[in-house]
Amino acid sequence: MTYQFDFAALLPYWREFAAGVWLTLQLSAVATVLGFVGGALCAIARADGPPWLKRVVGAYVEVIRNTPLLVQIFLVYFGIAVLGLRVDATMAAVLALVVNVVAYTCEIMRAGIESIHKAQIEAGECLGLNRRQIYWHVVLRPAIERVYPALVSQYVLLMLASSICSQISAEELTAVANRIQSDTFRSFETYIVVGLVYLALSFVVRWAFWGFGLLVFTRRRKLGTAL
Amino acid sequence: MPTFGPQHLWFLLHAAGWTLALSAIAFLGGGLLGFGVALARISRNRVLRGLASAYVQVVQGTPLLILLFMIYFGLAIAGFDQLPALIAAGAGLTIYASGFLGEIWRGCIEAVPKTQWEAAECLAMSPWQRLTKVVLPQAMRIATAPTVGFLVQIVKNTSLASVIGFVELSQAGKLINNSIFQPFVIFVTVAIFYFVICYPLSAWSRGLERKLNVGRR
Repeated sequence: MTYQFDFAALLPYWREFAAGVWLTLQLSAVATVLGFVGGALCAIARADGPPWLKRVVGAYVEVIRNTPLLVQIFLVYFGIAVLGLRVDATMAAVLALVVNVVAYTCEIMRAGIESIHKAQIEAGECLGLNRRQIYWHVVLRPAIERVYPALVSQYVLLMLASSICSQISAEELTAVANRIQSDTFRSFETYIVVGLVYLALSFVVRWAFWGFGLLVFTRRRKLGTAL
Repeated sequence: MPTFGPQHLWFLLHAAGWTLALSAIAFLGGGLLGFGVALARISRNRVLRGLASAYVQVVQGTPLLILLFMIYFGLAIAGFDQLPALIAAGAGLTIYASGFLGEIWRGCIEAVPKTQWEAAECLAMSPWQRLTKVVLPQAMRIATAPTVGFLVQIVKNTSLASVIGFVELSQAGKLINNSIFQPFVIFVTVAIFYFVICYPLSAWSRGLERKLNVGRR
């Protein structure tokens, strides 16, 4: 093998890499927040909604979970264009990621809600809590707490999957890498560097969620046990 | 301008065959490698454990897309620039699947109660016998549902092989779209193809889960 590695060729592009990282983080953050809220609502609808709503949400979750994100992104991006609306690639990417992650969040949250014992709800009723109070204090919060690790994994995977948005030229990290490698002809080096950046990002995101969990789930911190 | 017709459907059907072939390669290769990873993760050798753990962290911490690009360009640099895209795609997906399957199976092996290992040791079984005759048969029962579930992930992720020019379902959809530009019809059809492959697997996995009732033990 006579190949000479040349990572220095990538140095002049650090600003563009940084911009790519920034957009990747923005995409993931927006998709995570919207996905969490939407997923929670879907999970509630699926657990306690009217039968038709249960079926609609169930079908939506199954369709999304059994088709690739790439195809979903293409459908959203081109589909919007066919409808006659003009949306830039970044918006389409966010939309596709949200549609995707809502379905996964819904499924995870549903497992959490189902894991709440019926006696807990009855106990809440005995204490004279109203429906909303029971939902918030007895069902939803413990459910989220219980599935928090699964949610974190899902959102880290989402951050990594946002790389697929490069396929519709949303200028996130992978798209930047694609452009730089065709500028410099240093493909292998570019992808090694970007791979390491993603690795670092996934650690950072994991730590951030871990810290966030400590802040939010104070009960666990007090008890010192994982429920 | 031509519209979406039977010849396109036929082309997609053909490409779906390649999607299945690539999935099979990824599952077999990933299964073999992943089994090694799982064994290394529970090994007594600290170095081996550390290496396997680092491997899993790297594979699970980088996007498959980047992994595919790295292998595609890496193979070219190593002098294999005439290799068919199937090899690069198969290698990338194999590594990806091994990282996840290894970790799933490690969990399943560790879910077998420790007393089982100890009882086997009391019966004077060798470490290999303990693993293959006592622990693995029990671990396999636990492992079937998540493994089938991961199969769905593999099938879906073969769609990323399109970025290195391998013509599977998604790439076929893109090619057709480039020629007749009817994205909605085409990608809905492509999505239906994936759904038809993946949904039975999902349902099967759920059925297995219910049968074993692993979640509520």
